[in-house]
Amino acid sequence: MSLASALFGSHSVSREVRDRVDRLELPFSRFGVDNYGISKKHLAYWFTLLGVMYKEYFRVKAYGTEHIPKRGRGMLIGNHSGGIAIDGAMVIASCLFEMEPPRLAQGMVEKFLNKVPMASLWFNRVGQLTGLPENATHLLEDDRLLMVFPEGARGTAKLYWERTSLVHFGSGFMRLALQTKTPIIPFGFIGGGDAFPTVANSVRAGRAVGAPYVPISAYLLPVPLPVQLAVHYGEPMVFEGTGNEDDATIEHKVNEVKARIADLIEHGERQRAGFLTLPGRS
Amino acid sequence: MKVLLPGISGLLARIVARKLAQRGHEVIGIDSRPWPDIPQGITLHAVDIRKRAAEDVFRTARPDAVIHMATVTHLLQKSEDRYRINLGGTRAVWDHCHAYGVKHAIFVGRHTYYGAAADAPLYHTEEEPPSGATQFPELSDLVAADLYAGSALWRYPEIATAVLRICYTLGPSHHGTLATFLKPRRIPLVMGFDPLFQFMHEDDAAEGIVVALEKRVRGVFNVSGPPPLPLSVIAHAAGKRTLPVPEGLFRALLGRFGVPHLPQGAVEHIKFPIVIDSMRFKKTIGFRYTHDAEATIESFRATS
Repeated sequence: MSLASALFGSHSVSREVRDRVDRLELPFSRFGVDNYGISKKHLAYWFTLLGVMYKEYFRVKAYGTEHIPKRGRGMLIGNHSGGIAIDGAMVIASCLFEMEPPRLAQGMVEKFLNKVPMASLWFNRVGQLTGLPENATHLLEDDRLLMVFPEGARGTAKLYWERTSLVHFGSGFMRLALQTKTPIIPFGFIGGGDAFPTVANSVRAGRAVGAPYVPISAYLLPVPLPVQLAVHYGEPMVFEGTGNEDDATIEHKVNEVKARIADLIEHGERQRAGFLTLPGRS
Repeated sequence: MKVLLPGISGLLARIVARKLAQRGHEVIGIDSRPWPDIPQGITLHAVDIRKRAAEDVFRTARPDAVIHMATVTHLLQKSEDRYRINLGGTRAVWDHCHAYGVKHAIFVGRHTYYGAAADAPLYHTEEEPPSGATQFPELSDLVAADLYAGSALWRYPEIATAVLRICYTLGPSHHGTLATFLKPRRIPLVMGFDPLFQFMHEDDAAEGIVVALEKRVRGVFNVSGPPPLPLSVIAHAAGKRTLPVPEGLFRALLGRFGVPHLPQGAVEHIKFPIVIDSMRFKKTIGFRYTHDAEATIESFRATS
């Protein structure tokens, strides 16, 4: 915590963030840590930073958060948008800042990040665990809210001109949803590709830092532009099955989710372009 | 019940032995180490578990149950000795159990069986294969002994064999890996890492072993207590200060300037967590720990 204190100062956590973190319905012990190592102190510092990005820098608009279950297990499934994981961070922020009561969405982090000093510590303390099926199952069986990007690293590798497209969806999330009887809340994330316009991905630079690749922005700096972002949540999708179905059956269900996300993206892009007039943040 | 405890002079084994005696069981121990203030009613045979004299204890005492706690966990012991004691001893115990009609045998193992790695799941279940030995070869004999004891489930089906993989213990005895790590005033951490550590009060661990014996459970079980805590939180709660050291320097300083004397592979255990899911044990025997994390750390701190 000393690093966090040095960076932010002990009084820099906003009252709103402290209140919302306090109202998270997680089983924090007297030490302020839950059974996954999620720390209230770390959450407060982290969401203070995310709050500035969410409200001031990207001015994110979130639509349809009422579709996210207030309690109980759920899977947020959406598209990757932008070369760095702004999308995941803003989805997590939307669940804390827009939901009543606030919820902590827990993402699945690329394995290499757990080897990186500080990144390993912080991702674990704020509940973003390594992307493994065992971790996902455990969280869902514990009635947590899981966030999954089925495009994986292929999704963040999308170039600027591919930013509104969807690449191949892995099917693991669907088997997991069926096995744990978890509703899927699809979402379309809009604007990430404009905030971080990737023109190339350097595998060589990625190898140097232990990552699959490093995205190169049009202006070379690894800093996103202050573009307005939006996230559109759709109605929950509930699928029947055991998770042991053959690949073709699972693929069919995955494509249903993918099509729903494509609809949400298209709707979001049209709205953004001004074709639709909808009320503001829900 | 007549219970034989190989390794009875170990500090956790002594707590188990006392509990068994208090509950009216007849307790016999085997250990080449002394137990100076051994309570009345507990018999100690000062022999090596791998020698003929140990077999004679089985032959003459004819125990109903055996709790095998004669494993060396001290990582700095020469690996050849460890292999002989841990693997050879485990083999001898189950062979004697089979030969002399023991009905129930418990192997007291460690949760470090699962290993610590960046790409490992946070909660380990009993179905997972061991990966403890891949990055930490010094653990391979304990992993092998655990698997060998487990193989008794099919080799000697007449014996109800239970393998208990117990998380770190902490308590007034100041015995065990975590207690040793928490001894210095300043606890060195690998900078940028703060793994969850799972621990339980030594009295709860001993209770778990005794209840497993009394319920005559069979199979492999993870045994843990309260939810895990980050190592830094444990250190601060124990009244210690932490000192984050860059990994390269930490490795170079092992055994010097207050950095613990550990094998290189052990550094992974200070970077990544080993946390076990003990739901099966809790459901099977209805085990509930009685000391929460705060009380457990306090019991350690109060006796420092």
